[in-house]
Amino acid sequence: MELDKAISRVAEAIIEAERKLPVDVCESIINCHVDGGKAESVMNAIKQNLEIASKTGLPMCQDTGVFWCLVSIGRESSVDLATVEHVVIEGCRKAAEDGYLRRSVVADPYSGRKNTGTNLPPFIYYELTDGSSVELSFLLKGFGSENCSGVCMLRPTDGADGIVNAVVEMMKRAGGKPCPPVFLGVGVGGTMDRAAFLSKKAFFRENMDRELSERILAAVNKLEIGPGGLGGEPTALSVSLLSEPTHIAGLPVALTVSCWAERKAVIRFEEGEL
Amino acid sequence: MTRRLELPYAEQSIEAIEAGDDVLLSGTLYVGRDQVHKKLCEALSDSLPLPFPFEGNAIYYMGPSPAPEGFPIGSAGPTTSARMDRFSPSLITAGLKVMVGKGPRSEAVADSVKTHKGLYLQAFGGCGALYSSCILSSELVAYPELGPEALLRLIVKDFPVICVIDSAGRIYRG
Repeated sequence: MELDKAISRVAEAIIEAERKLPVDVCESIINCHVDGGKAESVMNAIKQNLEIASKTGLPMCQDTGVFWCLVSIGRESSVDLATVEHVVIEGCRKAAEDGYLRRSVVADPYSGRKNTGTNLPPFIYYELTDGSSVELSFLLKGFGSENCSGVCMLRPTDGADGIVNAVVEMMKRAGGKPCPPVFLGVGVGGTMDRAAFLSKKAFFRENMDRELSERILAAVNKLEIGPGGLGGEPTALSVSLLSEPTHIAGLPVALTVSCWAERKAVIRFEEGEL
Repeated sequence: MTRRLELPYAEQSIEAIEAGDDVLLSGTLYVGRDQVHKKLCEALSDSLPLPFPFEGNAIYYMGPSPAPEGFPIGSAGPTTSARMDRFSPSLITAGLKVMVGKGPRSEAVADSVKTHKGLYLQAFGGCGALYSSCILSSELVAYPELGPEALLRLIVKDFPVICVIDSAGRIYRG
């Protein structure tokens, strides 16, 4: 019974996230400086779309995404890991069914590409944190923008300038493809895969380098890719960066590009609730 | 400026639309994305019958979310056009020369649009709920095995797009 409740909480949070953007995301969309190209038309369409989604209960975008989930487990938690996994998977299954989410997942990436029909599996990461709660952080990740994400293995001497350039180059290649204005997650350090992981976790944690993030944001907006890729401003609405130690020979830099519809949900279970 | 385009289209109506124009589409709009493009190209190269007539018709790069009860379709915004670039020149040559999607096109597609006097129209990316409200009906035409990627026929009304490549090959760059 408790488990059903937990599964429902996960499903409801995901279903809500497909229809309504987080307050900070919404505010950046509403308050951004709009100029040039077709920027005004595109931003107005986005605002109108958000109103229709909230009024009709339709998902704001047909690409309701893959389920990306970071499970953060308190070291003092007595939770059973198999239970956590079960709640994540069944919560996603229920969200896809009850929330009219598109089945966007194929079972085999290169041979057959048969649809799983459930939008499962979710892509789950686990980490240990302080405390005794279990927190689930979901990104509902569309692939128009994910196809523009990437990793660059820079030289150890490239420094902050190298990071700015790497992101700018990836965004030049992305152009109007990822539904700008975009939200950017940047992961720096670790190994190739850790940088990539951090670039997604960055959407949920406090920015570790505001100054560098501002530099990246300004440099990306200078590209004037613009809303819908039709020129003008803004191209990006925010940059969040996480970093960690790395090898003396390297400087991994990863970028996760999120479309303007930065859909996410966080569900926290206190000790005893799972 | 805002123009209207009735679908299926008449040749002279697409020649009147210029890059940068806002356009409202009404009428019949076919839907296909990656796998449909692959199948249409295979049908062309094997000289097999096509599932719908290319002449006069437009194709929309889209895969909808499921329709809740009482709705003709779920969320229904455009997908990234660039993934169709490898297929579009063959389809344009065969007559499917009016395309609706989002994001930039390759030079080869732009050249093809110019040669065959077609149009590339950009829909507002991510605005699936907005586009759903412009769709009056949706029916399956072919390839049901593709699930959300199947080939559909829509009836749309006042469906807003921006002309990015016009029939003279001019490109709107902002």
